Amino acid sequence: MRDRLLLAVLLCLALMAIAAFMTVNLRGNLAFALELRGIRLAALVTVATAIALSTVVFQTITGNRILTPSIMGLDALYQFGQVALVFALGGLGFVSLSPHLKFGLEAAALMLLAIVILWPALKSRMDLTLMLLAGVVIGGLFRSLTSLVARLIDPQEFAIAQQTMVANFSSPNTELLAIAMFVTLLAGGYVFARRNLLDIIALGRDTAIGLGVEWNRVVLIHLLLVSLLVSVSTALVGPVTFFGLLIAALAERLTPSRRHGRVFVTAMLLGVIVLVGGQTVLQHGLGQASTLSVVVDFVGGLVFILLLLRRRLR
Amino acid sequence: MIEIKSVSLVREGQRVLDAIDLSLPKGGITALVGPNGAGKSTLLSLAARLLPLQAGSITIDGLPVSSTPGKVLARKLAILRQDSGPPPRVSVREMVGFGRFPHSGGRMTAEDREMVAQALDRFELTDLASRSLDRLSGGQRQRVMVAMTYAQGSDYILLDEPLNNLDMYHARKLMIELRRLADETGRTIVIVLHDINHAAASADRIIAMKDGRIAADGTPEKIMRTEVLEAIYGFPVEVVDAGGMRLALQYARSGQPRDQARPS
Ligand SMILES: Nc1ncnc2c1ncn2[C@@H]1O[C@H](COP(=O)(O)OP(=O)(O)OP(=O)(O)O)[C@@H](O)[C@H]1O
Ligand SMILES: [Mg+2]
Repeated sequence: MRDRLLLAVLLCLALMAIAAFMTVNLRGNLAFALELRGIRLAALVTVATAIALSTVVFQTITGNRILTPSIMGLDALYQFGQVALVFALGGLGFVSLSPHLKFGLEAAALMLLAIVILWPALKSRMDLTLMLLAGVVIGGLFRSLTSLVARLIDPQEFAIAQQTMVANFSSPNTELLAIAMFVTLLAGGYVFARRNLLDIIALGRDTAIGLGVEWNRVVLIHLLLVSLLVSVSTALVGPVTFFGLLIAALAERLTPSRRHGRVFVTAMLLGVIVLVGGQTVLQHGLGQASTLSVVVDFVGGLVFILLLLRRRLR
Repeated sequence: MIEIKSVSLVREGQRVLDAIDLSLPKGGITALVGPNGAGKSTLLSLAARLLPLQAGSITIDGLPVSSTPGKVLARKLAILRQDSGPPPRVSVREMVGFGRFPHSGGRMTAEDREMVAQALDRFELTDLASRSLDRLSGGQRQRVMVAMTYAQGSDYILLDEPLNNLDMYHARKLMIELRRLADETGRTIVIVLHDINHAAASADRIIAMKDGRIAADGTPEKIMRTEVLEAIYGFPVEVVDAGGMRLALQYARSGQPRDQARPS
């Protein structure tokens, strides 16, 4: 009963955020402005969904409530794949590649790297401290590698490529929006359909195997889906380190019990409220549109530190 | 029938199980006893495919555990582990319901719900049903884990130290329920116990392990003898007859050190 009410309140807030985003300070050519905003809204909702689902699934398969794909450096991996592609193809070659093919290649690269790097850690059930350390190392290493490779590229070529690579909340990469929505719908639909299985996965390896789950196969599939969803959000708006943690931790506290169906919906609604609401407030209220990721990361970072301090490791 | 054939296991260079041969026919309660580190949990983990077999084979009703699909095996055999990790944030009823997963795949039918209600009732958890698992005492949680294992509805039930954290009343109650399960529904129960008297009182057969081998195997009458128990535990355990039941008096009694060297 109480949780129904909560969902209703969150849904109302999300709808209000969306309505405000679409209508505040609307002027000029209405149809054009609405279309523009509609496209950006779709991008923000897609990102919120992709990050919410990937974070919750990642926390379930790794059995922790503090690490997220971006804290583990998955988006750094994606960016590395991007720059490596520019390096291999040259700036012009990169730009002339169809954006969908590029996205496909980058997502595939990320999935491959995630398996090579994270799967051994997951299989040997590394503990939280080690995973955290691994995340810092992976993130740091691939960020440095990215700037190293970027330096190896001819500056002019890189400048050309960069125009299609830079994305953030106020100017999402709309070229990829359709494919991103499609992928999010498919991957999101898959994990949502497996919500009961994920409830069992959350009980840990041994209990899950005792209940007949083919652990390795299921965890591997979900790790791949997480990588795919991270590719989507990073391609659309670039990396946001602590956003996933923020909404997952909030959803964790707002749901009466950790059933994935509920946690998914709660985290998605929270994501929409934070992103769409935050973007509206920053854009129109404070007049500084480009700082949403800074604000979100700041608040999310505080939550991260709080969680670490409170050592609520599960 | 659980058939264990020449199973050996090496962990971190140490031989944990040494050519174990064991056959457990269908039905009845078998108690597995022995000192810490004897390999009891390891043996159960192998039978429940939580650990991969290194040598030898284990079959459950003829199904080899190493190659049977997880789902098929989960309907045949349920395991309660000694250490089930930090409690998830779900209610007692939900947790017991998770035991139905091999049958329901998460979509609970009326039959599944009936089974859950029965499990809650059997282990006196109905009053706690809507409490969250992470807000329960250790013993309450242990009873939930037992109820979940029971709710899985399998013919074979492996319980690794289910009496952990249970008070005297609930420990006795659990042993009575297990006896009823074995007698009335023909379940096969393998239970790891440290309280040899519970084993003697409720089990049909006691198997003692020591250093990765079977040290003794037989009816409670055969095992409950000072010389047999001494060979297993390494100190002379006094066994008395209490109204037809054999009782081991392993307790340290004040002012009467029995196995330590007396002050000279
Ligand atoms: N994860 C592990 N890695 C390496 N060795 C292990 C591991 N778990 C257990 N062992 C070793 O295997 C041996 C048997 O352990 P096991 O847990 O089967 O004993 P047990 O009979 O269940 O003991 P207890 O009564 O304490 O539960 C011990 O020597 C132990 O040190
Ligand atoms: Mg043990």
